[in-house]
Amino acid sequence: MLKPARPLSADIAGLLTARARWSALEFAFWIIAFASIFLFPDYYLILTEIVIWALFALSIDLILGYAGIISLGQAAFFGFGAYAAGLLAKHGLVTEPTLALIVSGLGAAVLGFFTSFLVLRGSDLTRLMVTLGVALVLREIANRFPEITGGADGLQGVTISPIFGQFRFDLYGHTAYVYSLIVLFVLFVIARRIVRSPFGLSLVAIKGNPLRSAAVGIAVNWRLVAIYTIAAAYAGIAGALLTQTSAFASLEGFAFDRSADGLLVLIIGGTGYLYGGLIGALIFRFAHDYLSSITPQYWQFWIGLILVVIVLVGRDRIGTWLDPVRTLADRIAAWRYSRRTRALGATSDGGGQP
Amino acid sequence: MLTILFDGVAYGMLLFVLACGLAVTLGLMNFVNLAHGSFAMAGGYIALVLVNRMGVPFALGLVAAFVFSAALGALFERTLYVHVYNKSHLDQVLFTIGLVFMSVAAVDYVMGSSQQFIEIPTALQGQFDVLGIGMSKYRLLIIAICGVITVALQLALMSTRFGSQLRAAVDDQRVARGLGINVGVVFAVTFAIGSGLAGLGGALGAEILGLDPIFPLKYMIYFLIVVTVGGSSSITAPFFASILLGIGDVAGKYYMPKLGAFVIYTIMIVVLIVRPQGLFAHGRAR
Repeated sequence: MLKPARPLSADIAGLLTARARWSALEFAFWIIAFASIFLFPDYYLILTEIVIWALFALSIDLILGYAGIISLGQAAFFGFGAYAAGLLAKHGLVTEPTLALIVSGLGAAVLGFFTSFLVLRGSDLTRLMVTLGVALVLREIANRFPEITGGADGLQGVTISPIFGQFRFDLYGHTAYVYSLIVLFVLFVIARRIVRSPFGLSLVAIKGNPLRSAAVGIAVNWRLVAIYTIAAAYAGIAGALLTQTSAFASLEGFAFDRSADGLLVLIIGGTGYLYGGLIGALIFRFAHDYLSSITPQYWQFWIGLILVVIVLVGRDRIGTWLDPVRTLADRIAAWRYSRRTRALGATSDGGGQP
Repeated sequence: MLTILFDGVAYGMLLFVLACGLAVTLGLMNFVNLAHGSFAMAGGYIALVLVNRMGVPFALGLVAAFVFSAALGALFERTLYVHVYNKSHLDQVLFTIGLVFMSVAAVDYVMGSSQQFIEIPTALQGQFDVLGIGMSKYRLLIIAICGVITVALQLALMSTRFGSQLRAAVDDQRVARGLGINVGVVFAVTFAIGSGLAGLGGALGAEILGLDPIFPLKYMIYFLIVVTVGGSSSITAPFFASILLGIGDVAGKYYMPKLGAFVIYTIMIVVLIVRPQGLFAHGRAR
């Protein structure tokens, strides 16, 4: 008896859901991440910093790793979010931290939305320039209006209220770390959902070849606008987290170094699979710590050296040091998918009989 | 008013000398070299050390700055940059940012982090008053030197054998190779000259721009603006862009001190929106 072939679309949908399923490795990653709350109470401050870097790198990964936009100005949104959170708290506009976080993120998203139209024009070079330019303009604005932003001294006198009115930011950074980690986790889950969706796939297609993507009916520009806006929100939230956990915002947030370091963090971990930024942040921060313990003032030299070496050795080769792990995860996913489809096929055959 | 114009032109000329090497590597060879300012800084510091500490005449200091930066550029081009020409823009960005970071930290280590100025000879200090315009002698010198360099560059590019080889190599490397042009050497020489000019500009500009270890980061955006705003059709486009930028920056800082630095960024962003290929480029998207 001829069984009607399962429609291709169902197959693809099945494959997509299988790809989107959480693998055991990912569970392990997040269990370890949350276990760190109990395991390393002495390292809360540095761990919080790592989480913020991870979130920032995640935002760069969204545009670079998935949409292929090179940005040298992601710090624009980071700094914007940082000042937004600081000002909201200082003037008591939005006192509840999570709410303030969301508002800052939305603000950065609006900024990202409007600047995305500038970024979408022209070649890689133009994009570099415009992203860089936007960050510089914002930095200049923050610098030139000291009565609002505190200018070069930074925004002082920020007091952050307890989260949900319950959890006070303590001196040891316990609340700050747990809070940041949860924010990172939530945003990561959302990002993961986004990039595994058809929308995310269309971005990868655009990265591969914008012209062909347009030919198969993907609205290239609007997709890029969308992901740029989302990434801006992520960077803004990262900045806001920094302000909330340190009760201080400064021009540093807009600095070119931050954009460049963010790129470095991402490159260390590898682009285009979301965990790159997280792992990169961990390595970057500890490398930074180690390097500045040897040469306090000149650690930037070693950071630069790392960048140069990474490029000369070949980024694809460095980024792939995690590949065995990723292949393993893929294999597990494929195996689970094939088992499931087989089970499905068996039941539908059986169900066909009266 | 005219003094501002004069200062702006001098500043723009200086920017042009600093950036013209980048106009070739980035504009023509399509290589994103964010580390261009590092070569300028190297030249500036060499001149500074020679003139201030060893009492070498200023003019000789300028020559030394050119030679040193050119040698440095050639060395880096041959050892490091050649490996990166064919990589993606992202790699080029990362690579050159790495170089900038290294140069900033290294200069900080050797020279200290404070801003320093070159002692210019007394003969160059002071002003001429021509028709009521105060023209500083030093700026006049800058305009003269930069003017000569610009003309020389234009001539070299357009009517020498090397110039045509370079243009051929930039247009189509493979065909140029097929015609027996040693593209590697042409690029290396071009890169060296560009770096050397940046070094000369760094030394000349040390008086006006000041020298500190973060020089490459501070002026990176200016160089990039010159190249992107100018577009990459010839040497004249970045030249006019530099002059425009110089006048815009000086006038902006003078008339609207509060919004000073905005002026040039705004010029850049507006130009890039209206003409993504650059102000003076004709057509052909790259």
